[in-house]
Amino acid sequence: MMRPYAQRSLLFLAAVAMTFASLVYADESETAARQSAARAILAPESEQATIVQDMAANPSPVLGPIFEAWQRSQVYIYEAPDGARIPFILMPADGSASKAVRIDNGEPLVGPDGAPIVVDETVMKPAETFAKLRRAMRSTMDLLALADPAPAIRQSAILKLGMKQSPEALPILNARLAKEQDKAVKNGILDAIALINLASPDPQLQIDALNQLKKSNSIPSRELVAKMAADETLSPKVRAAASSTLKAIDNHLFWVDFFGTMFRGVSLGSVLLVVALGLAITFGLMGVINMAHGEIMVVGGYATYLVQCVFGSGVALAPFGISVNLPGFGFDPNSGIYQSYFLFALPVAFLSAAAVGILLERGVIQFLYRRPLESLLATWGVSLVMQQLFRLIFGPANAPVYSPAWLLGSFSVGDVIMNYNRVFVIIFAVAIVVGTSLLLAKTPVGLLIRAVMQDRTTAACMGVRTRKVNTLTFAFGSGLAGLAGAFLSQIGNIGPSTGQTYIVDSFMVVVVGGIGNLIGTVISALGIGTVDQILQTSLRNPVIGKVLVLVGIILFLQWKPSGLFATKGRGLEN
Amino acid sequence: MKQEVSKKEVLIGAIVAVFLIAVIPGLNAFTPAGSSLHVSDFNINLWGQYLCLAIVAVSIDMLWGYTGLLSLGQMLFFSLGGYALGMHLMLMIGKLGQYKSDLPDFMVFLGYTKLPAHWEPFAHFGFAAFAVLWVPGVVAFIFGYLAFRSRIRGVYFSILTQALTYAACLLFFRNELTLGGNNGFTDFKTLLGFDLGTPGTQRGLYIASAVALVLVYALCRWLTLTKFGKVQRAIRDSENRVLFSGYAAANFKLFVFVLAGMIAGLAGALYVPQVGIINPSQMEPAKSLEAIVWVAVGGRASLIGPIIGAIGVNGLKSWASQAFPAYWPIFLGAMFVVVVLFMPRGVVGLPAQIQEAWRRHKRAKEATAEAAAAATQVPKDSQS
Repeated sequence: MMRPYAQRSLLFLAAVAMTFASLVYADESETAARQSAARAILAPESEQATIVQDMAANPSPVLGPIFEAWQRSQVYIYEAPDGARIPFILMPADGSASKAVRIDNGEPLVGPDGAPIVVDETVMKPAETFAKLRRAMRSTMDLLALADPAPAIRQSAILKLGMKQSPEALPILNARLAKEQDKAVKNGILDAIALINLASPDPQLQIDALNQLKKSNSIPSRELVAKMAADETLSPKVRAAASSTLKAIDNHLFWVDFFGTMFRGVSLGSVLLVVALGLAITFGLMGVINMAHGEIMVVGGYATYLVQCVFGSGVALAPFGISVNLPGFGFDPNSGIYQSYFLFALPVAFLSAAAVGILLERGVIQFLYRRPLESLLATWGVSLVMQQLFRLIFGPANAPVYSPAWLLGSFSVGDVIMNYNRVFVIIFAVAIVVGTSLLLAKTPVGLLIRAVMQDRTTAACMGVRTRKVNTLTFAFGSGLAGLAGAFLSQIGNIGPSTGQTYIVDSFMVVVVGGIGNLIGTVISALGIGTVDQILQTSLRNPVIGKVLVLVGIILFLQWKPSGLFATKGRGLEN
Repeated sequence: MKQEVSKKEVLIGAIVAVFLIAVIPGLNAFTPAGSSLHVSDFNINLWGQYLCLAIVAVSIDMLWGYTGLLSLGQMLFFSLGGYALGMHLMLMIGKLGQYKSDLPDFMVFLGYTKLPAHWEPFAHFGFAAFAVLWVPGVVAFIFGYLAFRSRIRGVYFSILTQALTYAACLLFFRNELTLGGNNGFTDFKTLLGFDLGTPGTQRGLYIASAVALVLVYALCRWLTLTKFGKVQRAIRDSENRVLFSGYAAANFKLFVFVLAGMIAGLAGALYVPQVGIINPSQMEPAKSLEAIVWVAVGGRASLIGPIIGAIGVNGLKSWASQAFPAYWPIFLGAMFVVVVLFMPRGVVGLPAQIQEAWRRHKRAKEATAEAAAAATQVPKDSQS
């Protein structure tokens, strides 16, 4: 889930922190940069743009925030009593008043008596900017970004320069190419140079550029190359090279799309898997149809929400008109401990969902083991009650669960974009599946569970307390649902009726996978997830894709009525 | 070996039928508004809706109570019937719609200039009325054929029917289907030339619903008495034995499934003009489950139980969702749990259940009394 506001404020804070750091460790190039910035601000309008453009020759990270502030009209000019004009910006200080910082040397702004000057920003007039100046600042900032310490920022700045196709940028790019250490950025520069050369009048340069773009499969250049391939004024040789490049890029694009779809499919499958795994335990192993499974999952989601609130400033709930206050620890939202709330939420979600599961098993399901249809109906009644309870306790709107910063963002492997939270889903699903199968296969508890599931009567004769094992198994399955809910809160919404959207899908996963078999569940979840994604991307219509998947499942069951991996039994009713 | 219907049952049935079909609408039409016997127009409309829902409940009972097939998608067939008649009603609006066009309003809104070909036959009432039966019938046949052929049973069947109605619900929400998307059909004006806004038409629809309920009840009652009904119950109790006795259980189940689908479609078609709207939310899986609640509460495997259940639960719903809107779902859910756990035979079976419990209690008391007597006798014997 992207939270643009949170991200933006984070970026802003980072910018502020960078300025702060630079205030402390000012070196010479920085001082020079600061002084030319101050000069630019104070210069007459006709010279400002030129000074700003020249500043690109003297890159310093300190310039970015200054230009930013200037463009946002946050740079002010202090008229000292001795007639000197000192430009400054306002920094957020510890107290309520902002601190004024001089642009020319990064020192606090002080009056003749040496005391810091307190500025009322509402009456100050900011230093003015105009369109030409802002354009100059932007292009200088683009050039400055070429020297940015972060490779990703350099990359995007280089691409931006290349897409402009202006030959003036060539010397700058070549200079950067000589200095650049990062291999990916180096390739980016070569691409950018090639992009600029595409517009060159020399056909040989154009062909070389096309070959470079073909080699690097540059997706951003596709449009320009396609235009060249269709341009009849160009020489046939150039056009042939362009169409061969276009073909290579399209081919590359196909594979990027393919792997992107596969990746999204596997991550969707992992979501289904995590949701369905709890169901595979209760339905698959115990034969109990728990229609309230989705609501138990939501219990885990709300548990995550509550942990988040407790780590923050607390929460007030009003179930049945009674107000309940959960006091919070009041951690700062940017502190590491608040960011790690999710790790604490996982066990809480598991345990609270397991507790609900125990109540449900003891209260309703234990009477209905011999009547599966009735257990389906009774648990549906329970799900109805639970949904309404959620609505009364947490309100009808979705609970705002924020992802920790380390789950936001993405990285890319060969142009395939991978979101951290989707990668996290996959890792999480693998961990849960491995954990569950180890628990079932290697531990004494797992042995008891399997024994009771295979033959309840014989197990009872051997002295296994089957009632206890039932409760335990059900609690475990419910706990897994709770984990699924915790995890779902990071990639989707948690609301009173969230459980309903997942229940049909997760039943499908278990039915297709075959009852009483975790491997079947894994394969069917990943299969259904991938097929769903492929259909959605190729049909560009999520609903028809979903309907086709459901129809496909019905047809699949014609072929394998008891799922992919049916447990073979000799009983007639199996 | 046909079971006979007792004269008493026929008599009671006839009295109830006359009461529903003639007396209630008569009280609505011929008594003055202030009279204590008067049935208001609002109540006639409400009871008309209840009777339609009762018809669905009977169809569910034929499946679940008598054949052991718990279908969680019966409201899909109900909606299909409703949509089939709804298409006719939409075309009957004509130029009375907001856009003053021959096309239904939503089509004008979506930019259609011509009526899609599959809409055209629905301009004839006869075709639409026939479609009310065959559309749900065909869907039920295709799904049932596939499901029963591969011997999908028990909870699997239930889950698949739920998936079916869920898929249909998603599909009907789309505008591409040319069935009104999530708004569905509404603003109906006339049916067979009668203005749907007048009390007289609503009374006519009520009578039609009551007649349909009585006929459906009679048909199902007759079916359960025949040899067919015996096979039906045998399938419910032990399908494998039926198979081994040489009956094609799948064909019997398919017949019941299609019949129940058509009955539900009929109910939907009668329901839509009375409630004035049909949209995809009727197909949501929860709606079908709610219909199961009526049958469970009333008592399955008796045809009168579902009717009592449908009317009772819906009456309660109309009242409670006004009086305690926030607590009604909790009450409905809790009622369902209690009925499933403690009243497997529903309200209709309650007297028998109490009688049994009382007898068991008495027997237990007698047994303890006897044991106590024996216990007091033993020391006496040993003393003497």
